[in-house]
Amino acid sequence: MGRFILRRMLFVVPSLLGLLVLTFVMLRVLPNDPSAALAGENATPAQIAAVRTAYGFDQPIWKQFAVYLKQVVHADLGTSIVTGRPVVADIALRLPATIELTFCALLFASAMGIPIGTLAAVWHNSVFDHAMRIVTVGGLAIAAFWFAIILQLVFSMSLDWLPLRGRISVGMPEPAPVTRLLLVDSLLAGRLGVFRDALLHLVMPALTLSLGGLASIARFTRAGVLDTLQKDFVGYAEAAGYRRSRIIWVYVLRNSVVAATTQIGLLFGALISSAVAVESIFDWPGIGSYAVKAILTSDYKAILAVTLVVGVIYAIVNIVVDIVHALLDPRVAESL
Amino acid sequence: MTLDPPPAVLEVEELSLAIDTDEGRAGILDRASVKLAAGSIHGVVGESGCGKSTLLKAILGVLPKRSRILGGDIRLGQRSLLGLSPEAMQREVRGRAIGFIPQDPFQALNPVFRVDTQLMEPLAAHGFRPDDGLAPEDGGSMRGHLVSLLKAVQLPDAEQALRRYPHQFSGGQRQRLLIAAALACAPRIVLADEPTTALDVTTQLQILKLLHNLARQRRLSMIFVTHDFGVVAQLCDEVTVMYAGQTVESGPVRDVLDSPRHPYTRLLLACHPARQGELAGIPGSVPSALQPPSGCRFHPRCPQARLQCGAAPPSRVQVGAGREVACVLYGGAAE
Repeated sequence: MGRFILRRMLFVVPSLLGLLVLTFVMLRVLPNDPSAALAGENATPAQIAAVRTAYGFDQPIWKQFAVYLKQVVHADLGTSIVTGRPVVADIALRLPATIELTFCALLFASAMGIPIGTLAAVWHNSVFDHAMRIVTVGGLAIAAFWFAIILQLVFSMSLDWLPLRGRISVGMPEPAPVTRLLLVDSLLAGRLGVFRDALLHLVMPALTLSLGGLASIARFTRAGVLDTLQKDFVGYAEAAGYRRSRIIWVYVLRNSVVAATTQIGLLFGALISSAVAVESIFDWPGIGSYAVKAILTSDYKAILAVTLVVGVIYAIVNIVVDIVHALLDPRVAESL
Repeated sequence: MTLDPPPAVLEVEELSLAIDTDEGRAGILDRASVKLAAGSIHGVVGESGCGKSTLLKAILGVLPKRSRILGGDIRLGQRSLLGLSPEAMQREVRGRAIGFIPQDPFQALNPVFRVDTQLMEPLAAHGFRPDDGLAPEDGGSMRGHLVSLLKAVQLPDAEQALRRYPHQFSGGQRQRLLIAAALACAPRIVLADEPTTALDVTTQLQILKLLHNLARQRRLSMIFVTHDFGVVAQLCDEVTVMYAGQTVESGPVRDVLDSPRHPYTRLLLACHPARQGELAGIPGSVPSALQPPSGCRFHPRCPQARLQCGAAPPSRVQVGAGREVACVLYGGAAE
């Protein structure tokens, strides 16, 4: 298993290199001259030239790439024009909020989507199955921002059950940052009040973010379970006297989930991308809202850094998915 | 005092069964009858598609959704199984009163669960607890019971085998695992659905010997479904011959082999390569279950068919000790 994990990690190296080339090219093909942008609106050509030399934009492209690579390896992604701080520090501060949001959204999507999909497959072509299909098509089609605003109108404005925006109430002292995940840190500090506050703040953004994921998890769980139900071992299990509930919820589901882990992993990446919109609506202090601000202010170092970080997260999630896959299906670990 | 044949532990009586398909209703079984005597190995032989596997599914109550029983009965001892609820069938019959050995050992085991989990499941499903010893030699635990089962089916390294996954075993070993699973809850009856068809010839022979020995040692009554009369000759005490959903002839294996009565049995035996230098074959082809021939379903291919054969199915008549044949040649008047 150790060797398997190591090998998977080696496979990631080419993808990361590709990602670096891509971000670097994105930097170079930006429509406006980065030197001009850096020098400011009223800069003279001489000042722009000075900036160009200072940032190394006059160097050959491969040299620039080498410099870029070196900076990335040293976790130096430059300074944000907006915050005036290193973008790495900005992201380190904001990434945990996004991770927390995305993880909770995915957890909710799986906890709801897997049973719903399973039941739809078991009651194939029943009223429940058809209803599920209509609702999930809706779930995939509904725009997140629309759903988010409806949630805000109902649960914050009208009912006043949930906080409208943010990650924690103003004036609520934050727990000592250990993991920077508020739910975890507040529990570690034993401060249930903070935990409850953070959880209430999390409900609407996580629900919004999970919507599309829930729909697709339900759909591919349904497809997976339908497929598994046709397998000989299901017929055998029944003939051998297994309980029906055990056949469905243990033996069939386990086989279906093996295939589903890949999809859930991909979803994690997709959710981080969708978080951009959701975080802006709920004013969630994650890298999504950071990216939106960076785009609006042409803060290209920040944009590139966010792209890079999301790419790395994708790669990590892929490794985790492969490991989970191997743990769930013994044949996978042996074939690799 | 009369010398009656031993009472049937399991009896399928005149079972008619149809499956609704998109093209119409398929009559899979037509008054099929099998009488399994206590302690006997009963072969059910016929070509593929003749309904022998469906017969087993009917006994176990695991028929496909769109099938319906049109008539007849299935009795376990004195009790009719057709009236039992699905829960009672699971709790009392499948795996408990009747063990099942499937056809394809490569597909029947769940690939992502260890062997012990899968052997434990039928025990748990029938109310056994992990610390229940089922026999004195088990060392008082379910695990001990599993180990002794794997030893009984002659699987080497029983302890390690329990911790492995199905794909780590050969086909023959997997079939041994499935035999062990069938015997887990100590059923008195075992149904085997062509358990050697998917295996190579030498392995087939070993599995047949194992089944024979286990059936004798444990005094099992077994229905053994196969398309191979050679296997029937080696293994079985009694045989029922099926054609297109009808049971055409039954009786002690030796008698049926020596003097087959039904024209179909004769032709089927003539087809067996061990009996005849070259393959003889039966002219015509197996009829579709969607539009089966009327009367005796074999009559369109039967060399001795008469006019009345297509009118109505012949009734079964006794033609010797424990022998029955459904054919007008022996006075089986069309009903």
